[in-house]
Amino acid sequence: MSISRRTLLKLVGLTALGVTAEKYVSVHAGSTSAKLVAKAIGAGKRLAGTKPAQKVRLAMVVDLRKCVSEQGCTKCIDACNKAHNIPDFGESKDEIKWIWKEPYQDAFLDQENFYMKDEFKNKKVPVFCNSCDNPPCVEVCPTQATFKRDDGIVMIDWHRCIGCRYCMAACPYGSRSFNWRDPRPFIKDINPDFPTRMKGVVEKCTWCDERVSQGLSPICVDVCPGKALVFGNLNDPGSEVRQLLKDNFSIRRKPGLGTSPEIYYLV
Amino acid sequence: MYDSGKIIAGLIIFAALFTSPVWYDVLNGKALQRPDLVLPSKENQKECVAAAEFMRRDHMRLLNDWRYEVVRKGETYFSSDNGKEYEMRFTKTCLGCHPNTSQFCDQCHSYVGVTPYCWDCHNKPRNLSIQ
Repeated sequence: MSISRRTLLKLVGLTALGVTAEKYVSVHAGSTSAKLVAKAIGAGKRLAGTKPAQKVRLAMVVDLRKCVSEQGCTKCIDACNKAHNIPDFGESKDEIKWIWKEPYQDAFLDQENFYMKDEFKNKKVPVFCNSCDNPPCVEVCPTQATFKRDDGIVMIDWHRCIGCRYCMAACPYGSRSFNWRDPRPFIKDINPDFPTRMKGVVEKCTWCDERVSQGLSPICVDVCPGKALVFGNLNDPGSEVRQLLKDNFSIRRKPGLGTSPEIYYLV
Repeated sequence: MYDSGKIIAGLIIFAALFTSPVWYDVLNGKALQRPDLVLPSKENQKECVAAAEFMRRDHMRLLNDWRYEVVRKGETYFSSDNGKEYEMRFTKTCLGCHPNTSQFCDQCHSYVGVTPYCWDCHNKPRNLSIQ
């Protein structure tokens, strides 16, 4: 079959039009605004109580009724600091914190209430990285140094961190600290089983990923004298965390932001 | 050629100056020495996780892969070509056979002038006598 020049030109024109249109459509389907809309819908769904299908979703339950922070107990913090080679620079400006205490009203800003049980008014709430199900820090990390594991733990790959601190700006809980100085000289007793960090990387609580990988609980959970911390798989209906959440009223830190924090506080 | 005497003399002086660091070391008896690796003794000799030929050239790639597998994928074991399984831990598996980093790692690293920054963060394990 022979094609006339006229037909050929028409075909060429149509092909060019098709290619351009396809590019235009695909670019716009993947545009930022479209992604944002999709995310907003996803976040909305999650807030409404449905969870994406996932085999293991690790979570922590902090029973504030059992936590004796107001009596000055710092066992979880001390054990964590020792296990993870956390330096003490001796000043709050450069402080590195994985677990720390916040006054109740600061930890739960959206729970403002002047008249409440004295017990909770004086409470110092132990706060951690929430290993959010929808972590904003992972979203902003330009090198994918921070990422979410399949079991839900939000991790930092210190090899990859370039110290840009976007994640610190993105985290609404202040869970991340930056090493302004070389931390090694400020670690009293170095635990050789865990690496130290170097100047210029961000660090945070990683829910003891090194212990979780070996089938252990995080060290704070193990050392808590009042057994106020419970760790487990949220997707297993028979797990202790699920039972506790079923039988008790729980709150989370700033849930309205849509980050879906995975630490539940029983009050 | 005009001024050939001056040009050739100049070239000789330039060549001498340019190569002076090499002559300096040679005359001081600090000429570059081949790396001298201390390998595991005969009775302690075990099979490496990969062929020596591969390790010599590509150990850094292997370590990079291990790092990726362990940190990002949560894998722990590496199945070697010889059918064995090894724990992907540099400080345990690698240093278990090559405990002296200055007699092993540093030998070639100083020879080729590379400075890996492993020990900026990682600690040398306490159960091995490592320098």
